[in-house]
Amino acid sequence: MRTTTRRVRLAGVIAASALLTLSACGGGDIEDDKASGGEKCDQTVNMAINPWVGYEASAHVVGKVIENELGCKVEYKDLKEEVAWQGFGKGTVDVVIEDWGHPALEKKYIEGDKSAIDAGPNGNVGQIGWYVPPWMVEKYPDITDWKNLNKYADLFRTSESGDKGQMLDGDPSFVTNDEALVKNLKLDYKVVYAGSEAALITAFRQAEKQKKPLLGYFYAPQWFLSEVELKKVNLPEWTEGCDADPAKVACDYPETKLKKIVATKFSDSGSPAYDVVKNFTWTNDDQNLVAKYIAEDKMDPDEAAQKWIDDNADKIKAWVG
Amino acid sequence: MSTATLAPEEPGLEAPPPPPEERQTSKAAIVAAILVVFAIAATILNGRDTRPLARSDLTGFQNWLGDLSDKLESARDSSAILQGLGHISDALDSVAQFLAELVSEPALPRPVPEIGWLGVIAVAVWIALAIAGWRMAVLTGLSFAAFGLFGFWTASMETLIVTFMSVAICLVIGIPVGIWMGRSRRATSVLTPILDGLQTLPSFVYLLPITLFFSIGVAAAVIVTLIYALPPVIRISAHGIRSVSKETIEAMQSLGTSRSQMLRKVQLPMAKRTIIVGVNQTIMAALSMATIAAFIDGPGLGKPVIKALESLDVGRAATAGLCIVIMAIMLDRVTTAASIRSEALPSAHSRRNRWIGLAASGVVAIVCVVLSRQYLDLATFPDKPDLGRPFAEGADSVSTWLSDNAASVTGAIKDAITYGLLNPLQELIAQSPWWLVALVLIGLSYVLGGLRSLVTTIVCIGVILGVGLWQDSMVTLTMTLVATILTMVLALVLGVWMAQSRGVDMVLRPVLDAAQVVPPFVYLVPALALFDPTRFTAIVAGIVYASPVAIKLVCDAIRDVSPTVIEAAESAGSSRWQIITKVQLPMARKGIQLAANQGMLYVFAMVVIGGLVGAGALGYLVYAGFTQAELFGKGLAAGIAIVALAIMLDRMAQGTSARRARTGNRRFLRSPFAGS
Repeated sequence: MRTTTRRVRLAGVIAASALLTLSACGGGDIEDDKASGGEKCDQTVNMAINPWVGYEASAHVVGKVIENELGCKVEYKDLKEEVAWQGFGKGTVDVVIEDWGHPALEKKYIEGDKSAIDAGPNGNVGQIGWYVPPWMVEKYPDITDWKNLNKYADLFRTSESGDKGQMLDGDPSFVTNDEALVKNLKLDYKVVYAGSEAALITAFRQAEKQKKPLLGYFYAPQWFLSEVELKKVNLPEWTEGCDADPAKVACDYPETKLKKIVATKFSDSGSPAYDVVKNFTWTNDDQNLVAKYIAEDKMDPDEAAQKWIDDNADKIKAWVG
Repeated sequence: MSTATLAPEEPGLEAPPPPPEERQTSKAAIVAAILVVFAIAATILNGRDTRPLARSDLTGFQNWLGDLSDKLESARDSSAILQGLGHISDALDSVAQFLAELVSEPALPRPVPEIGWLGVIAVAVWIALAIAGWRMAVLTGLSFAAFGLFGFWTASMETLIVTFMSVAICLVIGIPVGIWMGRSRRATSVLTPILDGLQTLPSFVYLLPITLFFSIGVAAAVIVTLIYALPPVIRISAHGIRSVSKETIEAMQSLGTSRSQMLRKVQLPMAKRTIIVGVNQTIMAALSMATIAAFIDGPGLGKPVIKALESLDVGRAATAGLCIVIMAIMLDRVTTAASIRSEALPSAHSRRNRWIGLAASGVVAIVCVVLSRQYLDLATFPDKPDLGRPFAEGADSVSTWLSDNAASVTGAIKDAITYGLLNPLQELIAQSPWWLVALVLIGLSYVLGGLRSLVTTIVCIGVILGVGLWQDSMVTLTMTLVATILTMVLALVLGVWMAQSRGVDMVLRPVLDAAQVVPPFVYLVPALALFDPTRFTAIVAGIVYASPVAIKLVCDAIRDVSPTVIEAAESAGSSRWQIITKVQLPMARKGIQLAANQGMLYVFAMVVIGGLVGAGALGYLVYAGFTQAELFGKGLAAGIAIVALAIMLDRMAQGTSARRARTGNRRFLRSPFAGS
């Protein structure tokens, strides 16, 4: 589509705009172009962004390190998990930086068409569980034991749960055993589906502000926990294999070691970017901090990542090797 | 989602004469009798044969649907057809890339797009001037400036690109198909159910399959938008062709005009304005998909909206939402003005002046383009003044204030309607034996809509049973009915008020326009804070989306009542209230029924959004199918059930309005939110 005449004209325009940049306006675009790239890396790394802030924090920190240290280009793609995994085989996605465990997807893409591989834990530990707002624990200290939940069931009644207490679940993409738990622990509760993370967080935020009772599904790491420190209700302790049969689960959720999944093509490419992804690990506190920069301080994800990178040069060294 | 116009219009099938008054009364009596018997039987049989399906269970059919998608995926690389689709996707991507480098992305090696903001605005203003006159040119200029001032210049350009591409393809496919449909009864009968399905199938159902074939990003976004925006242009073009009067056609036939001459010389020119209205509807539909497309990495304004939801950043979502609203209103007003202009025949003198004006302003536009290519300040939109931040902060504080202070009042409203209306109705519909509810639906459809409606209802009930989601469907049906009832209450109050007073109209109309096009994701968080994650929140979302259409239709219907009748009533000494209740409302009955029908379809369009805020049932399942591989089949099944419910109720409602008066059809061809 590009003709030579156009190139010549373009060159003129570029010269003109470059001059202008030098003289006065200092437009950011040109600077950015040159800033990236210590070494020569002509590869583009496609980083999926699954829709939660903590994920975004991890992704942008890793992405920024790859850009700064290796000079590769990183493209971020906003995708739900399912869609992201589909992209491994097609080359549209290279990295999923935080995976909470999707047996069906693993079967399909890791064992099945082998388009993806497990690139090891990212250091974050996921803890799913049942939570109540902090004011409730102050008022009803024994509420954190599941055995007392039936005693308080009346408190949790809503227009959605009829004559039972309401147990609020979140986004359908999250792993949940809650209906089985309610049944098997003989709890006088009904699981109500909030339907999205936004709905769940809003409900907890309102519950704490207005001192309304609420019992719901939640998880760490999550930026909202730095705003309202939800308290976990202890369900019967998790033991190996207690959740093997989904219909008979009567124990708490296990801790999940979150891991990185990458496209097989990407891992085979011998790219230095793959090594950074493979070496990357950090803690829940690290992630919550960057997530807080993004969600509460409303920083741009790239700026938030850069800020953390500047403060943690030693950690970065270990990833770049 | 701005066009929920299911309109099975058959060429040559004239509306039968309205039934005499007595038949109406006896119909009402039968309906009442059915409902009474239903209520009694339901009380006795409560809780039996309700056909529930546990959240994580799947029926054989749903598993089969799930497997189907796996099979398609594994066939993807081998099948020639699928590879062909890959080429389409590549072609779309490269067109999008070309346009993006033109106006929104750095056109490497240039650090900025080929045409900077000043050039883009100048060209847009010039186009508006050429097709719609100087007022619209001013509006266009202000709108484009607003995109930049609110801080979403690039995202707005991306949204415009996706919208432009999908609308262009829609027109290329849709107008010929529409013409074919307008001229052939067989085409109509084949296409109508397909179009109905496309328009009511929630887009989350086909989001995943589309990414299988078209990957993610621009191409997929264009295809998703295309699927949703194509039906209105086909329907409206067909309608335009059909509404050319019989007498004209017969007269031309007697002169020996051939079929193709008839099309070119008579039908097309006379249908031109209607077809432009179709273009307008298609643009609106395309724009309403912007946020949905963001779920599969579609570029543009949808992204910040979805992103902001993750951190509950109401302000940012509202600012991006505002840009979408501005864009929608601009495109709507410009295309509407263009369609009106296309009918006016200017004199030779004014035509010459116009050409001179256009040529002069064209030169100015070109100069602006050249300047914007040479100066960086004219290429990248300046950061200051930034209207986005104060607007976002304002929206944030309004939202916080509401959720801190109004929640107790709104909570009371929620409880009153949930306990007073929603729960009893749900008990009746979802907790009764399925066969009893099915019998009632079949009986009602026969009484209201006759044999055709009866057949449709039986088929739809069969589909709902077949996909294995009876109880969930009944829960969704209940919510839809409640939302429609509340929408109509609101529509009658505000619609009548608007019809009486120009001032009210002037204040309300822009609000309604905005409510109709603002992506629901923008007001989800405040709505949740006010009403908690409940079925009622979903109902509120439905009302916000459906009532603008219903209110405008009611207002139009009341205004259409002939002034002489009202004058006569006035001179007979009737009070204002008497005129409204005794004259205007009864005479506007058809229009009001149409408003109810349209309102209901719009409510259906919000079922999935409802699932995101606590409605559960079908909406939740569709979304779950999109987010969890294991549930894909079930989500698709839920989508099919939504289509079946919507078509069934649509046909029943059409039966009520006596086979839809022709005036009705004309009325909703009007742009959904053009000033009247």
